[in-house]
Amino acid sequence: MLTTEQVIAKGRLHDRVFFLVGLTLTIICLGTLAVLLYNLLAAGLPRLNLDFLTSFPSRRAAKAGILSAWVGSVLVMLVTAATAIPLGVAAGVYLEEYARKNWFTSLIEVNIANLAGVPSIIYGLMALGLLVYQFRFGQSILTGGVTLAFLILPIVIVATREAIRAIPQHMREAAYALGATRWQVVKDHLLPYSSGGISTGVIIALSRAIGETAPLVTIGALTYIAFLPPAPFSTVEGRVVGPTEWLMSPFTVLPIQMFNWVSRPGDDFAANAAAAGIVLMAATLSMNLVAIVIRARVRRRVKW
Amino acid sequence: MPDADLDPRPVKAEVRDFSFFYGTFQAVKNVSLSFREKAVTALIGPSGCGKTTLLRCFNRMHDLYPGNRYQGDIILHSATDGGSTQHLNIVSPKTSPIEMRMRISMVFQKPNPFPKSIFENVAYGLRLRGLRSRRDLEGRVEAALRNAALWDEVKDRLNQNAYGLSGGQQQRLCIARALAVEPEIVLFDEPTSALDPIATSKIEELIDDLRERVTILIVTHNMQQAARVSDYTAFMYLGEMIEYDRTAKVFQNPGKPLTEQYISGRFG
Ligand SMILES: Nc1ncnc2c1ncn2[C@@H]1O[C@H](COP(=O)(O)OP(=O)(O)OP(=O)(O)O)[C@@H](O)[C@H]1O
Ligand SMILES: [Mg+2]
Repeated sequence: MLTTEQVIAKGRLHDRVFFLVGLTLTIICLGTLAVLLYNLLAAGLPRLNLDFLTSFPSRRAAKAGILSAWVGSVLVMLVTAATAIPLGVAAGVYLEEYARKNWFTSLIEVNIANLAGVPSIIYGLMALGLLVYQFRFGQSILTGGVTLAFLILPIVIVATREAIRAIPQHMREAAYALGATRWQVVKDHLLPYSSGGISTGVIIALSRAIGETAPLVTIGALTYIAFLPPAPFSTVEGRVVGPTEWLMSPFTVLPIQMFNWVSRPGDDFAANAAAAGIVLMAATLSMNLVAIVIRARVRRRVKW
Repeated sequence: MPDADLDPRPVKAEVRDFSFFYGTFQAVKNVSLSFREKAVTALIGPSGCGKTTLLRCFNRMHDLYPGNRYQGDIILHSATDGGSTQHLNIVSPKTSPIEMRMRISMVFQKPNPFPKSIFENVAYGLRLRGLRSRRDLEGRVEAALRNAALWDEVKDRLNQNAYGLSGGQQQRLCIARALAVEPEIVLFDEPTSALDPIATSKIEELIDDLRERVTILIVTHNMQQAARVSDYTAFMYLGEMIEYDRTAKVFQNPGKPLTEQYISGRFG
């Protein structure tokens, strides 16, 4: 039998040990991240300048830039967002507010959770068969954007459902009691009140999509592109470009450009890859930052 | 019907052999009673006796959840322009729940304003009814806020979020929201149980004033409140209607021993 003092001393010791272990592990994690970042910055920063952002890739490392890659990334993200947001939000609202709870909807729910865990290259294979060969979208921005939209759809659906589920039931009852229809409750209350949670989820999903390489390589995104997609209503070879022609243009994206440079011999191209990596990291981090800001804002604004 | 001949007010709603089921559980058992127009009727009874359940039948709130079932009739009497009285069975499957909610408002136990501006909270029901003109909306919102004795406190901050109001003000805002649409009946479910005594007495005064405009059904746990604000009192026990009469009669000279035991605080 231990005395009270001994019990307390033992508890203290456990406390200490756990604190030290936790601290060490945290330092290891943060340290690894710091080293990674330092290496990236040390290798890439000297290469990072305006020319690098406004030049096409080139066989000469010193002249090469990421213009086509970042434009490609932005356009693909546009298509991804334009596809995944309406589909994902609609599906989330349907499952949360409209669908009756039965075995069929449970099956759908389980499968959506599973979809979030499917390796991204599988999405690439599906898109190759469906979008490229079946729908004949080609190896285009459209195909790339829709492929990544499939990839992040589960995240958007889950984020939407969670944001909507967080709205207390008495809010819905207040609206229904005034004579609102289900759609009016969704449109006037549930979507506005959950928009913060939904946009946070969407941005986090997009910041994942922007770093994806495997599915885009699978559908045949090019690794060397020295032109930009045709801008709407510009004139190319004496012909006015239609508003949606850019969708069918071949493309590359930042991570593919990086991959391409990394796989070449020589330090010069490695520096290019690091510089492109910095741009990609900056894009991802600022998206996450926006998500955090939105979440904090909404938390301050909406309360019940 | 109690004192039927003495009360000049017409019947507003008639509950006939009415039962309500949550799945297989019967929460309201064969209740029959008639509510007078422009009177305040209190529903009292121990916790779990089915007061809320009965109240929520009037605006068909139970339709929002699967497995609920109404049996029997609740007939709503409405005067038509021609001077005759129209009868509508509120709980008939043929009656639209949306229509009933448009004609019968509800104030909930916990204040539940929308996280929108004070103005939008009151205007929302009007917008649902297709009112678009800014001028009309402003007029109706002001009138509703005045009727809910809230106008003077909020007239300078109509565009601020409703959650900046105190609990009692929020509840009066919910009352304004319920009144703005000019309902035939307003249902109150323990509207003061989440409020302090001062906010409570304000709402009781308000209900007292409202009886001239609208028919009121109020669920309350507070015996003094029922005695203070209501014209009629219905005492429920285990889903059954035990006694229904003029409030003064129920409190001073109850007809059933069970009622007497309850109002003298011996159970519940
Ligand atoms: N959604 C529901 N599903 C099943 N049973 C329910 C449901 N809501 C209430 N009940 C049951 O119905 C009965 C009546 O409940 P109700 O909420 O109407 O009581 P109440 O008189 O309003 O009580 P209180 O004074 O505590 O609010 C209770 O036995 C309760 O357990
Ligand atoms: Mg209740």
